[in-house]
Amino acid sequence: MRIFDVAEITRNIKEMCIEANYSLTEDMVSVIREAAKNEESPLGRRILNQLDENMKIAGEDQVPICQDTGMAVIFMDIGQEVHWEGGFLEDAIQEGVRQGYQEGFLRKSVVGDPFGRVNTGDNTPAVIHYQIVPGDSVRITVAPKGFGSENMSRIFMLKPADGVEGVKNAVISAVKDAGPNACPPVVVGVGIGGTFEKCALLAKRALTRPVDQRSGIASIRELEQELLEKINRTGIGPGGLGGTTTALAVNIETYPTHIAGLPVAVNMCCHVNRHAVRVL
Amino acid sequence: MDKYISVPFDQAVSDSLKAGDYVYLSGTVYTARDAAHKRMYEALQKGAELPLDMKDNVIYYMGPSPARTGRAIGSAGPTTASRMDKYAPALLDLGLRGMIGKGRRTREVKEAIVRNHAVYFGAVGGAGALLSRSIVSSEVIAYDDLGTEAIRRLEIRNFPVIVVVDAAGNDLYETAAAEYCRE
Ligand code: SF4
Repeated sequence: MRIFDVAEITRNIKEMCIEANYSLTEDMVSVIREAAKNEESPLGRRILNQLDENMKIAGEDQVPICQDTGMAVIFMDIGQEVHWEGGFLEDAIQEGVRQGYQEGFLRKSVVGDPFGRVNTGDNTPAVIHYQIVPGDSVRITVAPKGFGSENMSRIFMLKPADGVEGVKNAVISAVKDAGPNACPPVVVGVGIGGTFEKCALLAKRALTRPVDQRSGIASIRELEQELLEKINRTGIGPGGLGGTTTALAVNIETYPTHIAGLPVAVNMCCHVNRHAVRVL
Repeated sequence: MDKYISVPFDQAVSDSLKAGDYVYLSGTVYTARDAAHKRMYEALQKGAELPLDMKDNVIYYMGPSPARTGRAIGSAGPTTASRMDKYAPALLDLGLRGMIGKGRRTREVKEAIVRNHAVYFGAVGGAGALLSRSIVSSEVIAYDDLGTEAIRRLEIRNFPVIVVVDAAGNDLYETAAAEYCRE
């Protein structure tokens, strides 16, 4: 058994909210730079270079990469040998978000009630997904999610007969519907299988996988590659202003499903695909 | 083509802008996003006065992150314009000259742009740190209680935008994507 004080979680979550909003992971930075070299549209190249410049300025001026610092999505993968002390874990996580968004000069973008729509003032509550895993460590992923792209995400409850072609059409149609609204170039998180909610969660998780890391399943790896090429032939381009870079990566996660179903979730993420990961 | 224009501006200027023009704006613009638009729209329906004069002005769809001490503003990039589509035609009919945002507009908005010789500019979504360097000052002028969604007066200098929908109704999102489409 390993004992953790929940205060340690608060501190880490706070730091990670700030870190994720001020700098992208290495894989994201290099894929954007690479795209700036290969983009065919002159305006597209200009925009991609601005995105690169934007990341540098965020570091220099200590300004968040994007003003929409998101709703905080947090994955807690907790080893089953772990025991918590010092308070309720969920309270400690929300407190970390509260402190991070306050001290990090991050925008408070959460409203307390979907109809009343009064801002909670501290960006809580976060959306938290817990998973129990073997071992005695805790893996935390903080992924602030902007809603320009979140609003363009889709779920399709396909029929088994729709097969892989149906999945391709679903993904491509989601990307086209999103068009310029999702701040392309986008990263496309796709969940296939499971149930209605499971495929959405797979899609969300897929966005936290490094963009230079392909699926471990050969057929899925090919599907990721084919979809990326197809998406980049739509012409939407950087900022939606035309070009050959519409997506930076397609990350697919799969799960067993029911004999009667083929659920597909497409979680769109802008080029500000943020996440910070720590293992305690 | 790169152009440098000052805001506010009149019809002669908006008529001269073409979809695809890269424009650097300098002068004064006002921010408003979802909650401020809803409030302005409700004020109009009640016949009450708006907190700013629409005539020849430009509204920037933006809610900034908080400014650090000594800074004009935090991160300050555009938000998705389509959420303001319900309210935009009424403001355009009152003389609003331009809007800055990102993403597609409805046919109703584009018709109102043409009818009023206005313009819709796109700013690069997700470049809020870069864009903040073109904002010289920021002051909340109305709806303070809305926090990031309050109406702000911004002084901007060489703020980079692209003409997406021009006064003739051309839409760069449609034409530019078609140009690079290889399906
Ligand atoms: S979609 Fe992403 S890049 Fe665009 S405004 Fe929202 S968080 Fe920023």
